[in-house]
Amino acid sequence: MNLQPMFSPLQDQFALAAEHVSKRFGAVVGLDDVSLDVSPGACIALVGESGSGKSTLLRCFNRLVDPDSGAVRVDGADIAAVDPVQLRRRIGYVPQDGGLLPHWRVQRNVELVLRLNGNDRAAERAESALSLVGLDPSRFGDRWPRELSGGQRQRVAIARALAAEPDVLLLDEPFGALDAITRSELQDAFIALRARIRATTVLVTHDLHEAMLLATNIAVMHRGRIEQCASPEELVRAPATEYVGTLLRRARVTHSASA
Amino acid sequence: MFSLMFALGLLVQPVQRTSTRPVIVASKPFGESYVLAEMFSQLLEAHGVRVDRRPGLGATEIAFRALRSGAIDVYPEYTGTGLLAILGEPPLGDAASVYRRVSTEFHKRFGVRWLAPLGFQNSYAIAVRRSTADSLHLATLSDLARVSATIRAGLTPDFIGRSDGLPGLQRAYNLRFRDVRALGPAVKYQALAAGQVDVIDGYSTDGLIARYDLVVLTDDRHFFPPYEAAALVSGRLVSENSEAVLALSELSGRLDAAGMRALNRRVEVDGTPANVVARDALASLGLIAGAPTANVASLLVTRETLGGYFVAQRSTIARLTARHVELVTVSLLVAIIIALPLGVLLERVSNRAETVIRAVGVLQTLPGIALLAFMIPLLGIGVVPALVALVLYSLYPIIRNTFTGVRDADPSAVAAARALGMTDAQVLRHVRLPLAAPVIMAGVRTAAVIDVGTATLAAFIGAGGLGEPIVAGLALSDTRMILSGAIPAALLAIVVDGGLALVERRIRPGQG
Repeated sequence: MNLQPMFSPLQDQFALAAEHVSKRFGAVVGLDDVSLDVSPGACIALVGESGSGKSTLLRCFNRLVDPDSGAVRVDGADIAAVDPVQLRRRIGYVPQDGGLLPHWRVQRNVELVLRLNGNDRAAERAESALSLVGLDPSRFGDRWPRELSGGQRQRVAIARALAAEPDVLLLDEPFGALDAITRSELQDAFIALRARIRATTVLVTHDLHEAMLLATNIAVMHRGRIEQCASPEELVRAPATEYVGTLLRRARVTHSASA
Repeated sequence: MFSLMFALGLLVQPVQRTSTRPVIVASKPFGESYVLAEMFSQLLEAHGVRVDRRPGLGATEIAFRALRSGAIDVYPEYTGTGLLAILGEPPLGDAASVYRRVSTEFHKRFGVRWLAPLGFQNSYAIAVRRSTADSLHLATLSDLARVSATIRAGLTPDFIGRSDGLPGLQRAYNLRFRDVRALGPAVKYQALAAGQVDVIDGYSTDGLIARYDLVVLTDDRHFFPPYEAAALVSGRLVSENSEAVLALSELSGRLDAAGMRALNRRVEVDGTPANVVARDALASLGLIAGAPTANVASLLVTRETLGGYFVAQRSTIARLTARHVELVTVSLLVAIIIALPLGVLLERVSNRAETVIRAVGVLQTLPGIALLAFMIPLLGIGVVPALVALVLYSLYPIIRNTFTGVRDADPSAVAAARALGMTDAQVLRHVRLPLAAPVIMAGVRTAAVIDVGTATLAAFIGAGGLGEPIVAGLALSDTRMILSGAIPAALLAIVVDGGLALVERRIRPGQG
């Protein structure tokens, strides 16, 4: 199988940026003056507890959430001026529960974005994407989502996000609902996958281990603010705040463990 | 110019031809009314007038509204009913002054004509079992008042409510029953015979009074006004078709109470079809040619088993079932066309949705007969108002289920579809609606089953369907006739429900 189309030329990789982004939901502060830079091709993990704002920040990048103030840039362009529907079709997205359409077979699910974009090679591309996530299209293409295991469903969701070769990939706790063994399998698959795609990736997780395993950079979020954004090594070596230190201790991540 | 005149001629032509349109003859849903209407019809036909029959229209309210609006041309009515129930005036003493009063008032107020009375009175008859009459020495209503504290009454709802019914009777005789139960006309005689009640209201010409050997108590204080039977004719018929009016007048003064009671007995007790009884009656009055049918024939009819009756009536049952299916199908389709987009729209603008849906739900609580009665001035009688009523009754379950189904469609699938770049319209069309389809279908199924049941009410406004034999059978205490409508209706409900269940299963998401 020719996987060549899955690789994007380096100049197509997009940088992501959030500049002084704030968002309130009624009285609740979602994001409080958050700024973040993600370099092209990087994989950044947003780590934090429930309510820390990590998912809200992720959802700003495909305009599922529009900030009250501040700017969000994809490839340098302020996306407030971009049609959200067109924007989302260029951005891969994987929710925690997979979000597969239960009335469509696997193949049709994976073709979703390709068809929205009017791609006339949708079937072929979708099959490539399924192979890429380790599912044999001839075995799985005709199945209904309910016939799959949780891990298989998440693989399909990732294939669906990647099928249209997006420049940006957003994953919202993609492995959070899986059992430990399946999660570990999918994490391995994701590492392998990262070597073959070049999409700039944002990964939301509450699991610091997972973040260290999968991401090139980690942003620790707390109460709508970024406490620290650094490489995994830097984070362990020099926690910037009390909170980051506590988080590391709680997760039993030590300097030696991460090395 | 010539072509314009030609065109005008074409326009005028149908108007001129209305005098040859069929005369619409209706009745109310009880035995005597069926027989009289059938006599009107056959008499008209004997004079070469085409007739359209609408037997068993709801009750006084529906029949009179239909006549007044010109939806029907003639039906048998009683002068006392006209005076009290329609004009709302207090009872008058003698028959002649009641007739004079209603003749003048109906013509003046409604443009409707009473033809000269048929010759008999059919008043309310307060009846008790012979054993009760004997043991308590009851002959008059004054006698009844004396013992009324120990008496249980089973009265038709109509009688309980009318001023010329129970309320007036209580005042006139100073009587208080121990217990008053509302009973339908079809069951009151059985209830009396079985000793579940002690007194009922009947009509003085009821055939069943003789059958159950009941004693009719004399109205010794002359409380009940005279109820002379007469043909009530629309103003339209009077002005359009004097020939038909003349033909109907031939019956005036030709029927007496004993004769009418005998005719009613043949229909209500022997189970002879009303059209046969009517033909015999007209023939023996010398109003139409032909010899009366031998009574043997009617006895044969009575002895038929239920199965035999169904076989004998199969073409009628098939015709009524077809009409029933037609009513249900058309009303359901129209309801879907209205309710489905409305349900979706309400989900889109959800702040007022609950209010609107509840308002539609209120329609569901209106009694069918009341709704039909309201619609007669606007839509007349027949298939159109029946369809409108059925559509109104079908809306609620479809709107409710569409709204709920679309709103609650798998939230994670909807969120993902949106996040991956579907427009709102695409989410609706490709995700919400397909996921809501089984719920919507369940609503359609509910509406369909309700429809099959409600469509039996269509008979009350002359729209036909399986309600026709149910209404007539109830009026005539003819169980076979009731079942010849009720059984096909029940089977139809099962078939419709089962068929739609299959459709529902086929459109369930994730099923090939």
